[in-house]
Amino acid sequence: MVSDATEIDIKTAGEFARENYLSVHHGVGSWLLTKDHKRIGLLYLFTILIFFLIASIAAALMRIELVTPQPKLVTSETYNKLFTIHGVLMVWFFLIPSIPTVLGNFVLPMMIGARDVAFPKLNLMSWYIFVAGGALALWSLVHGGVDTGWTFYTPYSTTYANTHVISMAAGVFVAGFSTIITGMNFMVTTHKMRAPGLTWFRLPLFVWSLYATSLIMVLATPVLAITLALISVERFWGVGIFDPKLGGDPVLFQHLFWFYSHPAVYIMILPGMGVISELITCFSRKPIYGYVWVGSASMAIAVLGFLVWGHHMFVSSQSVYAGMVFSILSFLVAVPSGIKVFNWTATLRKGSIHFATPMLYALGFIGLFTIGGLTGLFLAALAVDVHVHDTYFVIAHFHYIMVGGMVMAFMGGLHYWWPKISGRLYPELAGKLAATITFIGFNLTFFPQFILGYLGQPRRYHVYPPEFQIYHVLSTAGASILGVGYLMPLIYFIWAWKHGRVAGPNPWRATGLEWQTPSPPPEHNFEQTPVVTGPPYSYSAEKDVDLDLASI
Amino acid sequence: MSTLTSPASEDAFVAQQFDDIEQQREAAKLGMWIFLATEVLFFGGLFLGYTIYRFTYGQIFVETSRRLDVLLGGSNTAVLLVSSLLMAFAVRAAKLDQRRMLTWLLIGTALLGCVFMSIKGVEYHKDYVDHLVPGRHFDWHGADPRSAELFFWIYFAMTGLHAIHVTVGIGVMLVLALLAWFGKFSHGNHNTVEIAGLYWHFVDIVWVFLFPLLYLVGHR
Repeated sequence: MVSDATEIDIKTAGEFARENYLSVHHGVGSWLLTKDHKRIGLLYLFTILIFFLIASIAAALMRIELVTPQPKLVTSETYNKLFTIHGVLMVWFFLIPSIPTVLGNFVLPMMIGARDVAFPKLNLMSWYIFVAGGALALWSLVHGGVDTGWTFYTPYSTTYANTHVISMAAGVFVAGFSTIITGMNFMVTTHKMRAPGLTWFRLPLFVWSLYATSLIMVLATPVLAITLALISVERFWGVGIFDPKLGGDPVLFQHLFWFYSHPAVYIMILPGMGVISELITCFSRKPIYGYVWVGSASMAIAVLGFLVWGHHMFVSSQSVYAGMVFSILSFLVAVPSGIKVFNWTATLRKGSIHFATPMLYALGFIGLFTIGGLTGLFLAALAVDVHVHDTYFVIAHFHYIMVGGMVMAFMGGLHYWWPKISGRLYPELAGKLAATITFIGFNLTFFPQFILGYLGQPRRYHVYPPEFQIYHVLSTAGASILGVGYLMPLIYFIWAWKHGRVAGPNPWRATGLEWQTPSPPPEHNFEQTPVVTGPPYSYSAEKDVDLDLASI
Repeated sequence: MSTLTSPASEDAFVAQQFDDIEQQREAAKLGMWIFLATEVLFFGGLFLGYTIYRFTYGQIFVETSRRLDVLLGGSNTAVLLVSSLLMAFAVRAAKLDQRRMLTWLLIGTALLGCVFMSIKGVEYHKDYVDHLVPGRHFDWHGADPRSAELFFWIYFAMTGLHAIHVTVGIGVMLVLALLAWFGKFSHGNHNTVEIAGLYWHFVDIVWVFLFPLLYLVGHR
């Protein structure tokens, strides 16, 4: 498996590349007009962190409110606005862009040995479109918010809601185009920009997962766009496609919305799976177990993801037969997901495992994703879903996937590629601590919610029977710990940007083309276009490799 | 690994991230096709809505469809088809490096787009006068006026979204015509014209589907 070209030539550990993408240009203008995929990745990072912060504050306010069974802090109306802003910002302005636009933008071109993405100008434009969409969403928030929930269900959103539905929908509509551009850019880049010798089955699995994600971005997002446009024109002029008064059907909205939003769930997990594949192989010092299967599983999830939207609508008057088909198809998604989990664990077997920070996040991901995935099967079962539909069980399930899965993977990936991005190391001990705190805090926040939901607590209520209080208190306590787990990396990343120890080109002794260039990389990534002669992940279990940055 | 065969004149148009003009061309074309796939799904939501209500309110849709002007709709179909022909010639002219020809063909395409929009405007005005525009002024004397109103909502939503695309297309053609006049597409740099052509043909094809669905369902 080992080939000469992917063997890493580590010149001297701890060499900081002075001529790099950060140092070639200076000033605000050089950032705002940059066409460099690496800088655009950092622009996205900065932007989505702002939205993450606002959405987290909304979540914190909800968790504080839920400590007591009776409303103490906010009114029902404000509570509705809080969960709407939390959902809208987290889904469209943090999770969907998170790994693709930050880590994907930064490493995808380097992973395939390209100088940049196929369309650098469009890449920058996508960021401006994203910011414009975000500004519209924030405008709606500042002017009184929206109380429909992130799902904008009709007829409430079209007829009854008295809040800023149109401007919020417009914000999501606009941001959708930035997603489409990113997806299109990544697809073309992967097709047309690969280095000589880099065949499809030599691609790193992160590239496969980004490709599968892009497919969904490109094919699902326009359906959301037209759906939100129809909501807006229905609110504004009374176009009656979802309006029962004219013979329209509000359930059609749900079909169209979930035709996008279920695949969108996979936009929010597939890139994470790709990151985990990179981390598991690197820190077990072993090639991935079953490369072709893990890669094809990403594609299978992307395709199946388009055929399961009806499982959100089991109680929506959809026919029983449709329900049965959607239920079976939803169970099928477990097959490629299971393949991934089993192959990651099989990769660990007899590996030389290093518990560095990124690996801790990756192992956390596997556990949490497995819980999230298995509870998804409960929800795909028709009879069980009727019982737990619209309860905290659903909330806990999708947070295990999106926060326990995607955000863990995002943090893991950020730690893994941070030495490449900044040229410097983060403090390893603090990293390990943050990963552990995040894992504990996350479970304490969301595990009680499974029980709550099973006992019958519906979602989106801020008043509840006193016997549920203990679970809500546990959950809120967990959320405070989780908050610390997220705050720590923010602080030490900022510190490490200037003061961290110099990383050198490849502190993890990882394979992959992105590690064959100096850290931080030069403006056009490589001095010479690399030539690939072998498969990825040519790791061997060397005994003397020390990946514990705290002791290097 | 840049190829040595392409002449210097072509290399001048190659952006730094590409190795040669061939790679750049293929990338741009693939990007445009992917964008058109997103457009298909964008219109797809409306086509789905149309299909469901055509199925549910079949008879009403037949009756309402008869109120649309087939002559105007038909002429518009012809106008767009001819404009697509001009566009195809324009791409050929760009490839053959015929600067003047290219400019005039692009202007011709844009003009036919304007003719389409004018006819559409006349039609919308006629609908307004006939009280066929949904809302307060809507007036329908047949059975089930509310479903009839729904048909007209869908008609305006679909043709309106299409008209927005035609307008964007006209703008693109005019800008390209200006650039063509100053020789921006000479010496093998015809990529932009080609992908703009793909877009124009797409807009044309959408109308080819809209016309029978909206205008012809009432006619045997």
